[in-house]
Amino acid sequence: MATLEIRDLHVTVESDGGPREILRGVDLTVRAGETHAIMGPNGSGKSTLAYSIAGHPKYTITRGTVTLDGEDVLAMTVDERARAGIFLAMQYPVEVPGVSVSNFLRTSVTAVRGEAPKLRTWVKEMKTAMEGLSIDPKFAERSVNEGFSGGEKKRHEILQMELLQPKIAVLDETDSGLDVDALKIVSEGVNRVAAAGTVGTLLITHYTRILRYIKPDFVHVFVDGRIVAEGGPELADALEAEGYDVYVKAAASA
Amino acid sequence: MSASTVTPESRERDVSLTAPAKDHAPRILSRDPADFPVPTGREEEWRFTPLRRFARLMAGAPSTEHLTWSSETPVGVVIDELAADDPALLGLPLPVDRLSALAVANADGAVRVSIPESAATEPVVLRLHGDSAEALVWAHVVIDVRPFAQATVVLEHTGSAQYGEHLSVIVGDGATLRLVHLQLWDGDAVHAAHVSARVGRDATFRSFQASLGGSAVRVLETVEYAAPGGDAELLGIFFSKAGQHLEHRMLIDHAVPHCRSNVLYKGALTGDPAAGEAGIARSVWIGDVLIRAAAVGTETYELNRNLLLSQATRADSVPNLEIETGEIVGAGHASATGRFDDEQLFYLESRGIPADVATRLVVRGFFAEVITRLGLPEWESLLQDRLDSELGFEAAGVDDEADE
Ligand SMILES: Nc1ncnc2c1ncn2[C@@H]1O[C@H](COP(=O)(O)OP(=O)(O)OP(=O)(O)O)[C@@H](O)[C@H]1O
Ligand SMILES: [Mg+2]
Repeated sequence: MATLEIRDLHVTVESDGGPREILRGVDLTVRAGETHAIMGPNGSGKSTLAYSIAGHPKYTITRGTVTLDGEDVLAMTVDERARAGIFLAMQYPVEVPGVSVSNFLRTSVTAVRGEAPKLRTWVKEMKTAMEGLSIDPKFAERSVNEGFSGGEKKRHEILQMELLQPKIAVLDETDSGLDVDALKIVSEGVNRVAAAGTVGTLLITHYTRILRYIKPDFVHVFVDGRIVAEGGPELADALEAEGYDVYVKAAASA
Repeated sequence: MSASTVTPESRERDVSLTAPAKDHAPRILSRDPADFPVPTGREEEWRFTPLRRFARLMAGAPSTEHLTWSSETPVGVVIDELAADDPALLGLPLPVDRLSALAVANADGAVRVSIPESAATEPVVLRLHGDSAEALVWAHVVIDVRPFAQATVVLEHTGSAQYGEHLSVIVGDGATLRLVHLQLWDGDAVHAAHVSARVGRDATFRSFQASLGGSAVRVLETVEYAAPGGDAELLGIFFSKAGQHLEHRMLIDHAVPHCRSNVLYKGALTGDPAAGEAGIARSVWIGDVLIRAAAVGTETYELNRNLLLSQATRADSVPNLEIETGEIVGAGHASATGRFDDEQLFYLESRGIPADVATRLVVRGFFAEVITRLGLPEWESLLQDRLDSELGFEAAGVDDEADE
């Protein structure tokens, strides 16, 4: 059973005035079968955490560790992390002109599974996964994310998650920009992957509405680069009712 | 516009002038190299060209050296040699610059490929190979597609040479020619080519250029229409690496009514940022389309896209449309040069795809639109393999069951 362990993670980005610390000591353990929700105000560093786990070159780890089943994730290249089982559904998926979705998916699946899927079963697998997310088959021939609406991009991210079957899935605001129907479809996709019990999910969100469809086991409040409170699903409801104010003030006076 | 520099004497020597010179139309048309001043590098048509690398060709010394030819000739296709004074050479489109005139003058005759309507339609394949970058070679090749013939001609250049080429293309009335002109040279070759096509009434000329090798390659394509109803499609791909100069220029001259032209060129560049000036990958694409007053009903579109895979690159892309009549079906152009950026790379890598495979995926995807329009599967996969090896991949080593 996979376990992602984040210990005392400090991360900086290069800014005009020199390096700026965004993450200031994050501790978090995500195990296969668990769903963790991370909620926090804009700019608190949620995406930074997600990108740091995935290995985006913009972020510098200055202290701390990230391990997956004891393996040093921070020592891996971006593609090695993905092949090790880490998946990041991005808040802003990137457009890759000229590369068709089907070619991209097949190349990705081939890399992560370590062998090319048989062409015939693959076409069926892709079709089925697309149908499950109500993605028009025509998207297979379109360039990756190019001209996709916000909601289409998010569905395409979850399509990849379903095909790649990661051990740890980090979903960065996958719910934002989705209408109610799309939210339901996307949530069902995430739940399908989770049903096997082999994925640990880290769900970054601002809203509790997605938590109606994807039930978190743990809720973490993220303020100013660290986790400041933890609880069960009831914490999400409290946050929705009261906002982050009390946590932000506490963090500021700390 | 300035008056022509051609003297009255030279006019008697088979020189004709383009009626009042247009901005981008050639001012001199002649078979005599002496009619063209030696370029200084400041001229519009030479300002992007590294003249030093073309110096030996530009000096224009005669040479008896040849490329090695081997050919596949379908039944009914005739390949013969024409002497320099053969009258068949007189009616061909004239050279428009010094290098193309030198090729005609120094080639001392021409090799002619004649394709009658009755010929078998398999590709005519001409494989031209040079043994040495020291060899100075001039050639004049004539492709004569007779009326109503259906022809495919592939000219493949490999090895190395200093090669000055003039390729005359006559597409007869109602005929169709698919021309594939491949620069698959070794790294030290220098190649200057002028492909001058005349498209007949209701004839179709489909050209595919690929420049994937050579130190310096400059291909000029000129298209004229002999009568209404002509259709010209100029496709091209190029891949420029550190130190390479790949230049493609086209001039499509719409002087008769109801003809079409369509240009689609895609280029990728990847230099070596550690190697300074010598590491720069260079490309030039100049697309001149002229619609003269008489050319009512013209339809034309040209597009060049370039993909920069590293910082050490320089891609010039200049579409130019001159329109002298409003009574056209349509005219447009577009040019875009974009970077394969770090965010795209990160996205692909974050899906388990190694950086080199990601680059290959992007480059393949980028060129696919043009390559698949070639319509010759065997040559398409040859080009794909060659592109892969330009990127440092073993041609057959990677799984490439694509999704087409
Ligand atoms: N290159 C940079 N230079 C300076 N500051 C940066 C840079 N990149 C990110 N930041 C800052 O880091 C902080 C955290 O950003 P991050 O995107 O992680 O926040 P977030 O919690 O995901 O916010 P949101 O809820 O809006 O998505 C922000 O204040 C942001 O402005
Ligand atoms: Mg964010």
